[in-house]
Amino acid sequence: MQSKPIALTILDVVSIIVLGISTYLALVFAPTEAVMGEVQRVFYFHIGTAWIGLLGFIIAAIAGITYLVTKDLKWDRFEVAAVEVSTVFFFLTIVLGSIWARPAWNTWWTWDPRLTTAAVTELIYIAYFMLRQGIDDPDKRARFGALYTLLGGISAPITFMVIRLFRTIHPVVIGNQSAAAQGGFSMSSDMKVAFFFALFAFTVIFVDLIWHRVRLGALQEKVEQLKLKLSD
Amino acid sequence: MTDKKSHPSLLGATLAIVQKDLAAEFRSRELFSAMLVFSLLVIIIFNFALELDIEVRRTVAAGVLWTTFAFAGTLGLNRSMAVEKDRGCMDGLLLAPVDRSAIFFGKAISNLVFMLVVEAIVLPVYALLYDEMRIFQPGFLGVILLGSIGYIGVGTLLSTMSVQTRMREVLLPILLFPIAIPVLLAAVKASSGILSGAEWAEIVTPINILILYDVVFIAVPYMFFDAVVEE
Amino acid sequence: MIEVRKLVKRFGLKAVLRGLDFTVQPGEFVALLGPNGAGKTTFLRILASLSRPSLGEVRVAGYSLPNEAAQVRARLGVVSHMPLLYPDLTAEENLRFYARMYGLENQSARITEVLEMVGLEKRRGDLVRTFSRGMQQRLAIGRAVIHDPEVMLFDEPYTGLDQDASEMLDEVLKSVAARGRTVVMTSHDLARAEDLATRFDILSRGVIAASTTQAELKNTNLLAYYKQALAD
Repeated sequence: MQSKPIALTILDVVSIIVLGISTYLALVFAPTEAVMGEVQRVFYFHIGTAWIGLLGFIIAAIAGITYLVTKDLKWDRFEVAAVEVSTVFFFLTIVLGSIWARPAWNTWWTWDPRLTTAAVTELIYIAYFMLRQGIDDPDKRARFGALYTLLGGISAPITFMVIRLFRTIHPVVIGNQSAAAQGGFSMSSDMKVAFFFALFAFTVIFVDLIWHRVRLGALQEKVEQLKLKLSD
Repeated sequence: MTDKKSHPSLLGATLAIVQKDLAAEFRSRELFSAMLVFSLLVIIIFNFALELDIEVRRTVAAGVLWTTFAFAGTLGLNRSMAVEKDRGCMDGLLLAPVDRSAIFFGKAISNLVFMLVVEAIVLPVYALLYDEMRIFQPGFLGVILLGSIGYIGVGTLLSTMSVQTRMREVLLPILLFPIAIPVLLAAVKASSGILSGAEWAEIVTPINILILYDVVFIAVPYMFFDAVVEE
Repeated sequence: MIEVRKLVKRFGLKAVLRGLDFTVQPGEFVALLGPNGAGKTTFLRILASLSRPSLGEVRVAGYSLPNEAAQVRARLGVVSHMPLLYPDLTAEENLRFYARMYGLENQSARITEVLEMVGLEKRRGDLVRTFSRGMQQRLAIGRAVIHDPEVMLFDEPYTGLDQDASEMLDEVLKSVAARGRTVVMTSHDLARAEDLATRFDILSRGVIAASTTQAELKNTNLLAYYKQALAD
C-alpha cells in the first residue's frame, strides 16, 4: 500500500511506450488522407480520447450503482477516478475535434449531437464536482455523487437521441458511405492499424491513470485517518 | 411481537402531503406569485431580446415557453423543498411511519400541481399577448403535461439533494439543467412541431422520448429516494 | 424500552459514537448531558431512526433499528429545538396532517384532546406563523404526542425560549409528554434537566462516561457531578 506497486510502474512505462508508438503511427506511418490532408491525422487521437472519455463515463455510472448497493467507499474512489479521467479526456476530444472541424466543416463548433452531448456531459461532470464540494459528510457525498452519475449516465444517451432529431453533420466514420460528403472517409489498411492501435494505446493509458487516481484516493484517506489519530 | 399500531397507506400518506402543500400554498400564495411574476418577466424580456415579430414568433414560441417554464420550475422546486428543510419539517416527514416513496410522490405531485397552475396562467397570457391561439389544442397541452412530469420528477429528487448542500438554492439549476436537457429539448421539438402543423410521423419520436424520460425519471427517484433522505 | 449495544456511528472516518452502551427501563426519564460535539444529537437522531448506525445494535420499544424502523416510528415522539410545524397552516391543520401521516383513527377527537392538553384549543384556527416561540413549542409537543407514543425524545427543547416560556414548557413536558412514557432528553440546561429527569447520563468522547440517578444525587448537585465526570 505505502510504496508504489511494481506492476503500476511497469504500466507507466508501457503507457509511455504505446503513446509514443501511437503518435508515430498517426503522424508518420498512416498515409495522408486524400481529401482532407494532414489535419485528418488528428482523428486517431480524437477517437482514442473520445473512447476513454466514454469508457470513464460508463465505468463511473457502474461504480456509482455498485456503491449504492454495497456502500463500500472503495467504489466511491473508483467513481471519482473515472469521472476525473473522463472529464479531462472528453475535453481533449472536443479540442481535437475542433482542430479538425475548422478546415473540414469551416467552423470550430457546431451543434451536432455528438458535440452537444459531449459538451452536456462535461457540464454534468462540473455539476458533479460542485455537488460533492458542497457536502461535508463523506458517506452522503458518496451517495449523492453516485446517484448523480447514475442520473447523468441515463440522461446523456437520451440527450444524444433528442439532439439527433434536430440535425447532424458529424461523420459516421465506420460503415457509412453517404457520410463522405460531410467529411467521412473510408480507411486504408495502414490507417486501420493506426486507428486500432490508438484505441489500444489510450485504453492502456486509461487503466494507468485510473489506477493512479484510485491509489491517490486511498492515500488521501490514509492521511485523513492519521490526522484523526493525532487529534485524538 | 405483533404490530398493533396502525400505519397509513402509501396513497393516504402521499395525499396527506399533497393536501398539506396545497393548503399552505393557496393560503400564502408565495410560491405561485413568485413563479408567475418571474414567468411574465421572462416573456417580456424574450419579446425584446428576440425581437419577436410575427415570423420569428411562429418558430420560437415553443422554445420561449419551455425556457420560461424551466426557470420558473426551479424557483418552485427550491421553495417547496426549503419549506420542508428550514423548520425541520423534513425530519417530521421522516419520523412518520410511512414509506419514503410517499414523501417523494407527495412532494413531486405538489410540485407538479404548482407548475401546472403557473402554466395554466402563463399560456393564456402568452396567447393573448401574441394572438397565438394555436396553443389551445389537446396535442400541445398534452406535450406540456408530459414535459412537466419528467422535469418535476427529476427536479424533485435533485432539489432534495441540493437543499442539503452548502450552496443550496444556487446549486439546483446547475444540477438539474444538464440532466433535464432531453426532456426540455424533446418538449420543444414536439410542441413546435404541433404548432407548425407537422405530420404525426415527425412528432411521434420526440413524444416517445418524452414518455421514456418520464417513466425512467419517475422510476429512478422512486428507487433511490431513500439514499437522498437517510443519514 | 431502549437498548443500545456497542453502537458505533462514523461520518466517513471520524467516529462520533464509539461503542456506546445504553439502556432505558420503561418509565425512566433520562437526561443525556455532555459538551458540544460529544455526539448527543447524533445519538438521539439514531434513536429517532433518522440516522443509521454504522455498527452495533439498537432496539427501541421492542423493535430493532434500522430494519424495523416503521414500527419504531409509530411508537416514538420527537420534540426538537425546531418546531417541525408548517407556518402557513393553522394549529389544527398541522395536527391533522401529522394525524394522517400516522394513520390515526378518530382524528378530530384526538386533535381536540391534544389541543386541550397543550392549552391551545382557543387558537386552533390560527396560523402557526402568528404564534409566539413558546406557543409553537407547545404545539410541537402536541404534534409529538398525537399518536400516543411509548417513547419520547427531546432534543434541546429549550433552545430559543425565554425564562417564562421555558417554565411553561416545563409544565407541558412533565404533564403531557413525559407522563407514563419513557423519555430521553438532551439539554445544556443542567438546572432544568435536574428538575425533570430521574437519571443523568454523561456522554463524552462517544461513550457514556458516567451515570447517576436522582436518588444518588441527594447530597451533591448535578453541576458538581457533571464537572467531576468530565474531569475524570
